Amino acid sequence: MALVVLAFDLLLAAALIWLAWQATRAADLFHAVVSFIVFGLLMALAWVRLEAPDVALAEAAIGAGATGALLLSALDRLARRPRRHAPLYEPGTAWGFWLPAGSALLAMLTLAAWNLPAPGLGNEILASLSASGVEHAVTAVLLNFRALDTLLEIGVLLLAAVVIWALGQAPPPLVPSMPSPALPALGRLLFPIFVLVAAYLLWRGSHGPGGAFPAGAVFGAGGILMLLAGARPWIRSSEHGPWRLILSLGMAVLLAAGVAGTLSGQDFFQYPKGTAASFILVLEVAAGLSIALLIFALYLRGKPREHGSWGAAE
Amino acid sequence: MYLSLTGVLFVLGLHGLFTARNLLRQLLSLNILTTSVFLLFVVLARLAEPLDDVPHAIVLTGIVITISTTAVALALVGRLAGRTRDDDAITAGDPRGDAE
Repeated sequence: MALVVLAFDLLLAAALIWLAWQATRAADLFHAVVSFIVFGLLMALAWVRLEAPDVALAEAAIGAGATGALLLSALDRLARRPRRHAPLYEPGTAWGFWLPAGSALLAMLTLAAWNLPAPGLGNEILASLSASGVEHAVTAVLLNFRALDTLLEIGVLLLAAVVIWALGQAPPPLVPSMPSPALPALGRLLFPIFVLVAAYLLWRGSHGPGGAFPAGAVFGAGGILMLLAGARPWIRSSEHGPWRLILSLGMAVLLAAGVAGTLSGQDFFQYPKGTAASFILVLEVAAGLSIALLIFALYLRGKPREHGSWGAAE
Repeated sequence: MYLSLTGVLFVLGLHGLFTARNLLRQLLSLNILTTSVFLLFVVLARLAEPLDDVPHAIVLTGIVITISTTAVALALVGRLAGRTRDDDAITAGDPRGDAE
């Protein structure tokens, strides 16, 4: 049995290295992007092997799914331009530098990594888990012990959406160049399932792997699918009110939860005794909604247009 | 073994980042670089006794940050390509590579 597991690990590592090489060196950009998406999916397998199911869920949903959709749509827009033959890489003479330097760096990194101490806070987490309001350690860390990190993370996501909106209006929504007749029907059929899976992941976050981040990513992916199936997004400039509110909801609620602790004479993000569970539930729902719409907003690549102007030529 | 994988992926990503002359490709390399760092975190969490959940939470945060930076970079590359109307924008023209 141990031999089979070892063989699986070796195979997985070899596949990951090969895909990473393909993603950085393949002559065709489409090939490279697809290699990267498969790399993300196999990485999710590796996370499971390393006993990090939360990271695996997030990697599959965000790292492979949402990033893949972003990359493919960007590729589609870039590839419309006539292609000139330009060298993709620095001339091959660089190998004389990269082979020795790369090997030396690799050796040093591996040596350093082997000698790193792995102190771990596992015992401390187990000791205070009962006071955190949830049963799952990763959720407890994210929304209770280290809630400040999560606040800043949603801040970064919001900032990214703001930057993308500031760059100008969204191009017309991307409809596949060869629309499949099955896509709209399939999209309509699948969207409720996406919503259901997202709600399940959100609910599960309190006692198992799951939580706001994978849930938000799945919900956002459902939105992207609807967009691809030709649905006009219901977010328009003239109706920005609720859209903007939901985008910043997660940030606002997290900040309010943090400040509430300060105002009641405790530390920042210190929940009143006994209410941590309800606090965390509210935070999860707000953060999940915001993350879903933020990922969707990233995919739109610009500020949504005014009513009725989607059809206008770019 | 996964520790060695971290090193290999790191070097691959670094190599791609420095030698690629295409902005999209540099972005892919950057993503592989970050993944290798996440891998290091999670391996260290696995080595700790008992399993340490703090690095897991940090890696979750990191994944979300990575998609934010990737999305912003892609939007910028797209605008750049739209502005110049040819391949020069996505191909870092300067051989010394200080286009990005």
